[in-house]
Amino acid sequence: MKGKITNFFDKAKANLLLFFRKIKLPKEKPKITRFSVFTHIAAWFIATIWLIPFLGVFIASIRPYSEVQFGWWNLQPFHFDLSNFADAWIGQTSGYPLGKAMFNSLLVTIPATFLPIFISALAAYSFARFRSRTKDVLFFILVLLQTIPQQAVIIPIYTLFSNLHLINNYIGLILLHTAFGLPWQVLFLRNFFSTLPIEIEEAARVDGASYFKIFRKIVLPITLPALASLIALQFVFVWNDFFFALTTITDPRLALAPQVIPLLVGRYFANYSLLTAGSILVMILPIAIYVSLQRYYVRGLTAGAVKG
Amino acid sequence: MMKNKNKNPFFFLRRFFTISRLFLIPAFIFLMIFVFYPIVATVYTSFLSNTTGNFVGLENYDFVLFHGVYPLINVPNIVQGAPPLGGLINNFIWIAIHLPVVVLSGMFMAVLLRDVKGGTIIKSIVFLGVVIPLVVGGVLFRFIFDKDAGIVNAFLSLIGLGDITRSWYAFADTALLSIILGSIWIWTGFGMIVYSAGLQGIPEELYEAAEIDGASRWKTFWRITVPMLRSTSIVVVTMTVLWELKIFDIVYVVTRGGPGGASDVLAYEMYNVAFFGGNFAAGSAIAVLLTLMTIGFAAYMVTRMSKP
Repeated sequence: MKGKITNFFDKAKANLLLFFRKIKLPKEKPKITRFSVFTHIAAWFIATIWLIPFLGVFIASIRPYSEVQFGWWNLQPFHFDLSNFADAWIGQTSGYPLGKAMFNSLLVTIPATFLPIFISALAAYSFARFRSRTKDVLFFILVLLQTIPQQAVIIPIYTLFSNLHLINNYIGLILLHTAFGLPWQVLFLRNFFSTLPIEIEEAARVDGASYFKIFRKIVLPITLPALASLIALQFVFVWNDFFFALTTITDPRLALAPQVIPLLVGRYFANYSLLTAGSILVMILPIAIYVSLQRYYVRGLTAGAVKG
Repeated sequence: MMKNKNKNPFFFLRRFFTISRLFLIPAFIFLMIFVFYPIVATVYTSFLSNTTGNFVGLENYDFVLFHGVYPLINVPNIVQGAPPLGGLINNFIWIAIHLPVVVLSGMFMAVLLRDVKGGTIIKSIVFLGVVIPLVVGGVLFRFIFDKDAGIVNAFLSLIGLGDITRSWYAFADTALLSIILGSIWIWTGFGMIVYSAGLQGIPEELYEAAEIDGASRWKTFWRITVPMLRSTSIVVVTMTVLWELKIFDIVYVVTRGGPGGASDVLAYEMYNVAFFGGNFAAGSAIAVLLTLMTIGFAAYMVTRMSKP
């Protein structure tokens, strides 16, 4: 009995390794041909096109505006100057402190990341065990729900929130983001759960494991990678969202981080040193999450795509 | 162990399945309040007069399409061929330019970077465009297209085109084109990453067989890679078109639909009409048009996907 169960574990583990890891086979050493030289040059040319804007933003942000005004690539004179970041952070020039806005953003993003994951995990677990006909209909509805633009709901939501005093209140925004995160998360988790053999749970149960033990020793470890994907994606989606924040948070003192960026741009004049420093502050968190959870981020984005 | 075995092991499971139906309820409630109800209310509002609240049929649609301050289809200007052509037309122009470039370059880069040393790093760099907030993306290419501080104009001067340098986004005839170019920079990483995942699903044997048969690289690409990526392509095209239809943040940050509505799009015009103009009925009409387009397109692509 015991041997059979470990067999199941091994199988499940192997499946998941295939799912979540690129298995790299040892490759032959590539020969240098004219073609490979060409592809390498093309590849690094592409990389340059994508790097230059980031490089420009970085260099502009650490220099005073007077030096950047006519091109950040002119390195004479070059003064290292972090005051742009401080200015953007405390809102000296614009009057809208970005530091506070980023804190506000966290207040919205953290609950709006974990609440939908909890709700969609419940729904997806139930969904994965439905009969096939119902499943197909639900699947189609969920796919179409993913395509609903934010503009389609915002007017009734605005009216509703006004009546409930949820305008300029983060709770409304958190609930709204939760609802909009559900369709893709349920689909993603449903795909994941349907790859898990129910026999593992049955076997563990027969072996006399308690509910808590099954959850802690089996369900949680094998669901963890999927949860990492959901957390990474949802966090970045909510942090980056602009439209819902713009319409439901109208008080500038409560503004979220992406809302402050347009306020740093004057109508006819843009201080690019300040603007790029602010941009770096706002994009550093999504980039950090992407870099540290890269595999899960990409999995989350492509899992649905490749499986359909 | 014996004690548990004497009980029917399926008893627990059966009980769990009934409870599991209840797990759908929280997700259902959220979607009802924040998605289904608002959509119905938006459709309903779009048929009412904004001033009296009476039923006016398709009057709001007629207004936003042809007679608004910035009509979605600006017939006289289309006849003359001068901007603004209207938000709906601009969305179509966006798709016509952005979609082929993003899909083809995404596929090309995925294939190219698969075999290049350091390809993974280059992919991560290109993908950063998708990870950063769209608001920041807008700032980024406002910066690179700027007259004095932007590198694009410096490059044009360098190659002897100094006469045409200007802040591209600030002029009616180039505003739309410049933000479309910028959005290509932002979104190409998406196609590339999804295609990279799709490429991993192509069996290595196919390429080996082609090599043995002496097929050229070009032929292998068109006869093996492209057909095997069919379902991936459907996903990339669907997601890209939806992204193009919903575009809002970039337009808001870079041009505010201007100058004179030259770079207006559906989502921005909806915000403009409803939240600046205070005309919720007309805003609802635009939102319904936008939703019909996204859902209609997605439904069409999903049915294509299920066909062999």
